[in-house]
Amino acid sequence: MFKLDAEALCGALAESMRPHVTAKTCLVGIHTGGVWLAQRLHADLNLRQPLGSIDVSFYRDDYGTKGLHPQPQRSEIPFDVVGAHIIIVDDVLYTGRTTRAALNELFDYGRPAKVDLAVLVDRGGRELPIAPRFCAHVLDGPLPANQSLQLERCPEGTLSLRLANA
Amino acid sequence: MPSSRNPQLNRHGQLQHLLTLDGLPRDILTAILDIAAPFTEVAEREVKKLPLLRGKSVFNLFFENSTRTRTTFEIAAKRLSADVINLNVSTSSTKKGETLLDTVDNLCAMQADMFVVRHEASGAPFLIAQHLLATGRDHIHVVNAGDGRHAHPTQGLLDMYTIRHYKGGFEHLSVGIVGDVQHSRVARSQIAALTTLGVPDVRVIGPKTLLPTDVERMGVRVCHDIREGLRDVDVVMMLRLQNERMNGALLPTAQEYYKVWGLTAEKLALAKPDAIVMHPGPMNRGVEIDSAVADGAQAVILDQVTFGIAVRMAVMSMLAGQ
Repeated sequence: MFKLDAEALCGALAESMRPHVTAKTCLVGIHTGGVWLAQRLHADLNLRQPLGSIDVSFYRDDYGTKGLHPQPQRSEIPFDVVGAHIIIVDDVLYTGRTTRAALNELFDYGRPAKVDLAVLVDRGGRELPIAPRFCAHVLDGPLPANQSLQLERCPEGTLSLRLANA
Repeated sequence: MPSSRNPQLNRHGQLQHLLTLDGLPRDILTAILDIAAPFTEVAEREVKKLPLLRGKSVFNLFFENSTRTRTTFEIAAKRLSADVINLNVSTSSTKKGETLLDTVDNLCAMQADMFVVRHEASGAPFLIAQHLLATGRDHIHVVNAGDGRHAHPTQGLLDMYTIRHYKGGFEHLSVGIVGDVQHSRVARSQIAALTTLGVPDVRVIGPKTLLPTDVERMGVRVCHDIREGLRDVDVVMMLRLQNERMNGALLPTAQEYYKVWGLTAEKLALAKPDAIVMHPGPMNRGVEIDSAVADGAQAVILDQVTFGIAVRMAVMSMLAGQ
């Protein structure tokens, strides 16, 4: 039985980030789970910069085989990227391709001084040389490819992690 | 070859070509508008480019003059990182007698991925699409950029995007389309889209000589009196009066047309106070629209142009991703 307490992990992630953020640190959540997580971290860490969000649909490397995501969201970067310290936030890190797409998109807004990656869970299975700086939990072994691990948010705002067959 | 299939859709029901809005399923229409929304944001970035069509070649094949449509297609393709090739047809092989399909075959041999086609003959883009299918080149996509009197689907789509942007939806609207519907591919695409999207009250407003005889069959109401037609509408869609129509017996003079059918502030006052005024361009000021209205607070004509880029990006990226 798969059991991970997303709320506890979220708190642990915020604590691990706290010594490394300043008033100037900017968070960018990746749609959709990463945005929920980033909202939570933004509040927990008392960050002053407005929260950014990115939908990587237009930068995915599987567009040529899978086509366009049917309902892409608007990316919103409400701060000046040039010279900023940015932490990209995602719920689950898997192949690293989403992170790469987010980096590519971010750089089309300007040249940040530094970019870090914060994730709730690392499920293994990386296909690119990408590693998170902040990670609340690493699974003991990589999840099989036919399984998906996703952050969910109930109407009251509680976060949970759900394992499903993809 | 399955002939019952909508020629715009592939066997999975996805958009393969964009030829007309007539008969295009509502969910595809809505999907294009949904996908266009985040593309509008690209214009605000430092790098106004997305990598979706990187390495693809888009051929702008304009057999009829156009500035706005060709330019916005070009900008859209370039913002998607495609290589854009504009064919200047007035100096091209067509003038030397090459057929349309021979031109297409030659461009296919140059590794074309997409054709954006404008042609004075209705059905030319359909002919190209059928030819590509028949010759097994279904990885190449066709976008109709206006064919004869038939259709101008991306104009219809950007008009729907504009309406949704300002009015939030379609189900409660009254829309008046004013002018030369008879010769207008824009009007046909607008009517098809408005009725598909569930606009309950679409009125076509114009003199009898400029309205198709059986236009009611498209699900619209006919008004031969502009004041009656504009009463309480939410959206006024003006059409360009094509000057060449003056030469026949269809119309008296431009001045007289303006007097009866031109959109003035006084006539616009009959519409709802928050009605928007649209025009596909190019405008004939003082013929179908008064300058005070064209430049007035209710006009969204330049927004149509801007939204047109995002809508064309959405169409091209949907096609190339299938």
